[in-house]
Amino acid sequence: MTTTQPRPTTRAPRPDDGIRQPRVISFSQKLSKWDLRFSPYLYISPFFIMFAIVGLFPIAYTAVISFMDWDLIRNEGEFIGFDQYIWILSQPHFWTALRNTFSIFLLSSVPQLVLAIFIAAVLDRNIRAKTFWRMAVLVPYVVAPIAVGLIFNAMFADQSGFINGILQSIGIGAIPWHVEPFWSHVAIATMVNYRWMGYNTLILLAAMQAVNRDFYEAATVDGAGPIRQFFSITLPSLKPTLIFVIITATIGGLQIFDEPRVFDQAGRGGSAQQWLTITLYLYDVGWGQWNFGRAAAMAWILFIIILLIGLLNLIITRTLVRDEGLRRELSKRQQREQAKQARRALKETQA
Amino acid sequence: MSTIGTTPTPLATVEEGIPNSAARRRGARTRRIRGSRPGFWTYAILGAVFLSAAFPLYWSFVIGSGDSTTLRKPFPWIPGGNFFENAASVITNPAVNFWPALWNSIYSSFLIAAAVVITSTLAGWAFAKLRFHGGPALLVFVVATMAVPQQLGVVPLYILFSDLGWTGQIGAIIIPALTSAFGVFWMTQYLRQAVPDELIEAARVDGASMIRTFWTVGMTAARPAAAMLFLFTFVGAWNNFFWPFIVLDRQNPTLPVALSLLQSNYFVDYSVVLAGVILATIPLLLLFIFAGKQLVSGIMAGAVKG
Repeated sequence: MTTTQPRPTTRAPRPDDGIRQPRVISFSQKLSKWDLRFSPYLYISPFFIMFAIVGLFPIAYTAVISFMDWDLIRNEGEFIGFDQYIWILSQPHFWTALRNTFSIFLLSSVPQLVLAIFIAAVLDRNIRAKTFWRMAVLVPYVVAPIAVGLIFNAMFADQSGFINGILQSIGIGAIPWHVEPFWSHVAIATMVNYRWMGYNTLILLAAMQAVNRDFYEAATVDGAGPIRQFFSITLPSLKPTLIFVIITATIGGLQIFDEPRVFDQAGRGGSAQQWLTITLYLYDVGWGQWNFGRAAAMAWILFIIILLIGLLNLIITRTLVRDEGLRRELSKRQQREQAKQARRALKETQA
Repeated sequence: MSTIGTTPTPLATVEEGIPNSAARRRGARTRRIRGSRPGFWTYAILGAVFLSAAFPLYWSFVIGSGDSTTLRKPFPWIPGGNFFENAASVITNPAVNFWPALWNSIYSSFLIAAAVVITSTLAGWAFAKLRFHGGPALLVFVVATMAVPQQLGVVPLYILFSDLGWTGQIGAIIIPALTSAFGVFWMTQYLRQAVPDELIEAARVDGASMIRTFWTVGMTAARPAAAMLFLFTFVGAWNNFFWPFIVLDRQNPTLPVALSLLQSNYFVDYSVVLAGVILATIPLLLLFIFAGKQLVSGIMAGAVKG
């Protein structure tokens, strides 16, 4: 706290020592107390005020609007209950969009993460010019998704595209990227993979570098090869990071909009909704058909789906990737077992 | 070089066979035992990754520097001479508004990144280093907000901004982006381990006010993390499409919105479209060349703690 005692002379002189005046004790103490008590709230207030205005209020208001038939001209709504939700769930387009979104999401996240882990493992070796390779991997991350979409849309062109040119020249034949739903999903997933793989690689690489190198030493002594080491040490140690990466990929992947939007000129998900996604459909309902009630209901449905999938991911990742690398730590069940035994032993000694 | 790793036995001799220089020994300490300098395949894989990252950009430059027939050729590999012509037709295209879009992207991204750095550092400092009632719970709340999808807010925000008469204004994309939950979390994590509590106590004992402590101790310590947060936010704001596409009108776009307009004609000349893509990507590529190291180490640092 503030002190009025003469300062100990052992302290190094400060440039402003000369101008500091003795202060009125009571007032400055009070000020300091207020300062101490209220400053933290003052510092976090910009975030919370802004979040209340542009985050919390819109979320709640979206829920309100989703129960309304919104009139754009009067700019107010009429309460109609769950009708908007029922309307959406009865649209075949919605189910197509849901299927497309999941298909694109799986086609983008699964190969992306597998490749990212693989490349991270390569980067984790004792390579020369580390920073150069890390930067090289990250280049696509700074390219705007719209730009990536336009580039790959031209590369995947059905008639004249580069990819079909290669496929034809090696005798496979052209693939109808803009006609067949599955192939359009592959093309769009490729754009997502292109942009995000390097980013995820670096995150996983960071987690790999944090793994204690003694584990590998011990494994080498035990005669485990690189592949065995990867599956028994590296992968289990990556678990928290993997969960983080998978959850972020889920949140981002289920919201996909930019890439399918520019996959053709019309931007409405293809002539037969081959690559219509939920967000694309939301945009079309909200700003194409100008029905805000339905768009709001769709936003809430999307949010619920994201929450559910995120939860599911968490459970799956937890069960699939076990903590094999950290054998010293006991599992929950073993801990409970030990605690029980200890209690029993304690009781016996007391009795 | 040593052959450790290919044979499992000589464990105790990591340093063996390595020339006796300080730099080498430092390398040996961080290296994994099975990894002496990796061989050809490692670099072949990395080279392939690098090529697949760079190729689409190079290819779009090839198309963007050709004429409208280039795309129809089976394998265009060599850039043509028409890049400036194509770029000029992007810039002069009245539907695209290239210069306003470029300027909008630059200053909105800059303002957003600066504001996010300031608000996040302030909040991160409070969460990391100041004890106050409800602090930990509020931090959990901040992190939880990261899971909320953008779509959940767009309808009311649009209504709000159209009530204010801000639709079509660049302010409508700046205001909602002034703070970031990720930024607060990032700064909290960083400041927690970067600033020892004793330093703050010392400043307080010396009679510094809270804000002065923040300014002299916190801001100084936060500088590296702030630089990374600035870069991240800048790239994110620059590339953002969904909300600007909704709320901005076509006369006053940002670069991604303007790019999407390039393709919305009935007849699309891809040499012009891809010249536009290259034009719009160059500023961020330049930024990446100068600050890519920071960005990389930022991602690496953030992930270790995350």
